[in-house]
Amino acid sequence: MSAEVRQEPIVKVENLKMYFPLSKGLVSKVYAHVKAVDDVSFEVYEGETFGLVGESGCGKTTTGKCVLRVLKPTQGKILYRGVDIAQMPPKQFQQYRRKLQMIFQDPYGSLDPRESVYTIVKEAVVADRQPHSAAEIRDRVVELIEMVGLSKEMVTRYPHELSGGQRQRLGIARALACNPEFIVCDEPVSALDVSIQAQIINLFESLQQKLGLTYIFVAHDLAVVRHIAKRIGVMYLGHLVEVLDSDDLFHNSRHPYTKALLSAVPTTDYYAEQKRKRILLEGEVPSPINAPSGCPFHPRCRYATEACSQVMPPLKDSGGGHLLACHNPPED
Amino acid sequence: MSEITEKDLTLDEMIAQQEKERRRASRKQFWRVFLGRGFLSKACFAFLILFAFVAIFGPLLTPYSPYEQSLTEALAGPSLAHPLGMDSLGRDLLTRTIYGARISFCTGLLSSMFALVVGSVLGLIAGYSGGFVSGLIMRAVDAQLSIPGLILTMCLVAIFGGSILSVSVIIGISALPSYVRMLYGQVLSLRENDYVAAANLIGQNKFEIMLKHLLPNAFPTLIVMFTGSVGAAVMIESGLAYLGIGITAPTPAWGTMISEGYTVLMFKPLPAIVPGVALMLLIITLNIIGDGLRDALDPRLRGKL
Repeated sequence: MSAEVRQEPIVKVENLKMYFPLSKGLVSKVYAHVKAVDDVSFEVYEGETFGLVGESGCGKTTTGKCVLRVLKPTQGKILYRGVDIAQMPPKQFQQYRRKLQMIFQDPYGSLDPRESVYTIVKEAVVADRQPHSAAEIRDRVVELIEMVGLSKEMVTRYPHELSGGQRQRLGIARALACNPEFIVCDEPVSALDVSIQAQIINLFESLQQKLGLTYIFVAHDLAVVRHIAKRIGVMYLGHLVEVLDSDDLFHNSRHPYTKALLSAVPTTDYYAEQKRKRILLEGEVPSPINAPSGCPFHPRCRYATEACSQVMPPLKDSGGGHLLACHNPPED
Repeated sequence: MSEITEKDLTLDEMIAQQEKERRRASRKQFWRVFLGRGFLSKACFAFLILFAFVAIFGPLLTPYSPYEQSLTEALAGPSLAHPLGMDSLGRDLLTRTIYGARISFCTGLLSSMFALVVGSVLGLIAGYSGGFVSGLIMRAVDAQLSIPGLILTMCLVAIFGGSILSVSVIIGISALPSYVRMLYGQVLSLRENDYVAAANLIGQNKFEIMLKHLLPNAFPTLIVMFTGSVGAAVMIESGLAYLGIGITAPTPAWGTMISEGYTVLMFKPLPAIVPGVALMLLIITLNIIGDGLRDALDPRLRGKL
């Protein structure tokens, strides 16, 4: 699909920062910030899938939520088709609201337990505030339900009566009801078992082809991300440390953190497992409340130099669209 | 075209029919849990129906008026014409007790409904809007809680008078803080659910999110709270009437009847005991029904056999 990718990014994130204030005391004095996302920039092109990986708490979900304006970013720009929506007043943002959708990690928690399948999809259809006839709404709901592979006999069921895969399909139907152009998938398959994961991923791919959707696919399962995404961004402690093609991920990654992350992926090949070198990182992930100066990874990095602890390396092109934020990338 | 409508009709019918079946099943489940709690629950349910029947059809059950005095028969004992005897002003005790049930039911339900509606609205707004509005509402509630309930109700009754409506509203106001705080807490936890974020994403506004998602999910808790507060409201109303500041004298409220009967308690116990026992039975009944409802509406039991 790489040939179809057009050069104009549909979403461009520039220096996104999301700090959550920590306050205490009677007058809520702010004494520190959790730097969940710190100076992240990337571009997503129309029709592509951009993967976002990293360990728990590294800010992938927060980034996704900022892009959709579920959270209002502290600083930075989010350009949707060239228009900055980050600090746009809510009234004005209303016209873009339904174009940007999200699929949630927990398929059960994202569905109102007191609404039936039909009501959940119908609400999304009618929330565009356009006049609809009753028949129109009904046809649209049935169309959407069948599009995601549910049968229309299920319309009267409630979320607790659906299986995990069915719930996720329902979540997708609700997002599609808004005719979105851009969807952030927040670990949409991590709560599902492996066979269902494959079905849902195939559904994502076929919907992308049919409707020309653009995805940001947030996940921690590298195999899944490599399969669905064309380009992958690796995050660590609120920073984007490397952006590379998914084909390069396993062979051509250059950032020490990406390498360590990859070496933790289990493999079923016995001989490959014997040969490969596991990189064990020392220590814990630092707290995002007082992140280390310079490169966030330097306290755990074996290649760290003096410069690493003082200056945050900028994310720059190291050839062929491979972006890297490292002063001292190790040579293989 | 006709084919399409036919297909749609069947779908609509299917939805309607399944919805009906589901409702029937959940109703069945409700009664099964509710009445399965043993003899006491069943007895109380019967009592509640009896009380409600008496309160609604009171005037048809007795030939006397609750105000009609027959001073020659004052404090007469039970007889065929007056099964429970007469009070100190020669009014039929049974008749007054029956009319008293009306007043207790009215004030109990009215005040709890007032607290339910107003408390839900304030709690929803405080919980969902956050910021200044939330602070304003919650601090006002805190302020009310810092005033002793009885003193507040006494002052308000003194200002607004002792009609059934004003007493109900005033008791409702005294029950408001617990409703507001309960719903506030519920909304604070419910609003963190992903389905609220999803509702926001599909373009629903604040009011739709509050009414379609937050309120329905907080509803079971509200209902349990409601049944509990009806009993409490009946008690407060009687307490006020007993102290002589609630519903005023000639009206046959149980509280006033007890305080009138109290003066002759030593030699003619019935005028105080009859309304006292009725009041006790009603409050016990309401509390046990409330417990039963809490079990029957428990979401953890929903959908189980």
